[in-house]
Amino acid sequence: MTPLLLTAPLLLFMLVFYTLPVLAMLLRSVSEPHWTLANYAALSVDTVFQNVFLTTLRTAVIVTFGCLVLGYPVALYLLRPGRTALNALIVVLLPFWTSILVRSYAWMVLLGRRGLLNEALIAAGVIAHPLRILNTSIAVYIAMIHILLPYMILPIANALRQIDPSLRRAALGLGATPAGAFRQVTLPLSMPGVAAGVLLVFVLSLGFYITPALLGGPRDMTVAMLIANQVDQLNWPYAACLSAALLATTLAIMALFQKLFGVGTAFRSIER
Amino acid sequence: MKGATVSLWSVEKDYGTVGAVRGVSLDIGAGEFLTLLGPSGSGKTTTLMMIAGFEDPSNGDIAIDGHSVVGVSPHKRNIGMVFQNYALFPHMTVAENIAFPLKQRAIVKTEQRSRVAEVLDLVRLPGYAERYPKQLSGGQQQRVALARAIVFNPRLLLMDEPLGALDKQLRESLQLEMRRLHAELGITFVYVTHDQEEALTMSDRIAVMNEGRIAQLGRPEDLYDRPSSKFVASFLGESNFLSGVVHGFEPNDIVVTDCAGAMVRAVASDRPTTGDAVTISMRPERLHFADTLATPLSNRLIATITDAVFVGERCRYLLRAADGTSLVVKEPSGSGIRRRSVGETIELVWGAADTVIV
Repeated sequence: MTPLLLTAPLLLFMLVFYTLPVLAMLLRSVSEPHWTLANYAALSVDTVFQNVFLTTLRTAVIVTFGCLVLGYPVALYLLRPGRTALNALIVVLLPFWTSILVRSYAWMVLLGRRGLLNEALIAAGVIAHPLRILNTSIAVYIAMIHILLPYMILPIANALRQIDPSLRRAALGLGATPAGAFRQVTLPLSMPGVAAGVLLVFVLSLGFYITPALLGGPRDMTVAMLIANQVDQLNWPYAACLSAALLATTLAIMALFQKLFGVGTAFRSIER
Repeated sequence: MKGATVSLWSVEKDYGTVGAVRGVSLDIGAGEFLTLLGPSGSGKTTTLMMIAGFEDPSNGDIAIDGHSVVGVSPHKRNIGMVFQNYALFPHMTVAENIAFPLKQRAIVKTEQRSRVAEVLDLVRLPGYAERYPKQLSGGQQQRVALARAIVFNPRLLLMDEPLGALDKQLRESLQLEMRRLHAELGITFVYVTHDQEEALTMSDRIAVMNEGRIAQLGRPEDLYDRPSSKFVASFLGESNFLSGVVHGFEPNDIVVTDCAGAMVRAVASDRPTTGDAVTISMRPERLHFADTLATPLSNRLIATITDAVFVGERCRYLLRAADGTSLVVKEPSGSGIRRRSVGETIELVWGAADTVIV
């Protein structure tokens, strides 16, 4: 009983200030203008919504893949003993201490027509005219990968750290090449961390708002941006429908990962 | 020969300023069971890791079958290795674990299967192929680790305290199993342990290591009967130590005086000179009470019993000599043997060959 009592203040806080408002919001999708499912029926044939939804999913997939490819080697590097790994960890965590808004603006400065990147490339003679990067999908991907990388690196590093180092030695001693030992032992044993990182990054990507709004072009509208847009126009039922769709997608993906990889265990520890 | 030879020449390993191994030279014969015995920090595991190739020596050379292996990656050395914590791959079944070294050597699937079955029989675990390591007991996991280390027919098997995590009874039965496997396979075993009983039970030869060097190398009975230093005498079994002065020499023995007030005859591996201050070592079970022995022995000492402990197969007596020196005597227990009582003053006798200058 006592543990439940100890969590009661938090549960009460979440209920009053989070769960109830969310439910009230979602309720509007079926209660306005009168009790009906017509809003959802409209959504299913709404091409604007479908395009935005596909853009959001595509962005999430690309960003997740980018984070995985860039993050895994870093997670491996963090395993090294001594100060270099510690310094690398600080570099990985540094972005956590700056707001997303500031970092998104920083990318605008870097990627703009007269930004540092274009200026440098022109000065180096690689290109003659500035590249158009800002306000394209590329800018959104770059900035989102940068912002979400720690969410990929940390779970993977945690999973790697829990692998008994003698397993790699055993694999080498039994005749595996260093690459073979990685592929057959380290990589499969780190999969719970990979699954956890992929899930975190993917789910966070689905709800991204500021970064695509600042760095993307008109074709890069995400579901979150569309929701904000509709709330601005006081179109509450439509915004509520979109929110419900986004929430359902997120929950479905989490359920899928739980089923496939048992991601829940990755947040605890890996059973030996 | 089925077994490989291993040679170490003045091998050293420094970690920064600390020397973990400080000059080890050793020749291990083909098919030999050699144990590196020592306390933690003595350099025994580091020496093994250098033979395996996980560590490179800072100085010196290591050769397997006469070819230097310094700088050769572990995966190219073709050595079987068993780790203290088993190091079984948790995401693979027993069969997949054992087939791992075969897979690396691109051996065809059908042969992999038959070799796995064969080696599971050899370690007496048939029928466990499809289990996962965590479904097995510690002893069973160790057998799987052993099977995995020998399935690819290596000519050298290295073991790093493989029985350290198991309870005493299981350890003893696995010790006998290791001996059987060694005899059946005929390959060279290099075994690391800090357990002197384990070393005595299994080894052809033991290298006792201390502070990064080999303190003594020899057959178990040689090390036990003729320890060359106080360290070896106390690390391998129990010993009584008395200090004395070399008085003179007889054809076979060295005469030492002032040993707890007595004059004793002793043997030594290095001949001392007259007048040297020396320490002599006697095993507790080689000291006898004078009234139990028909034949006279050359050394004798009067002492008083201060404590008597019954420990099952034997009785352990604590005695004090006239000058205050403490001695331990072990005597077999049994219906025909009289138990001594505390306070009894008694004459101890023992042979010159059981008195070693260390």
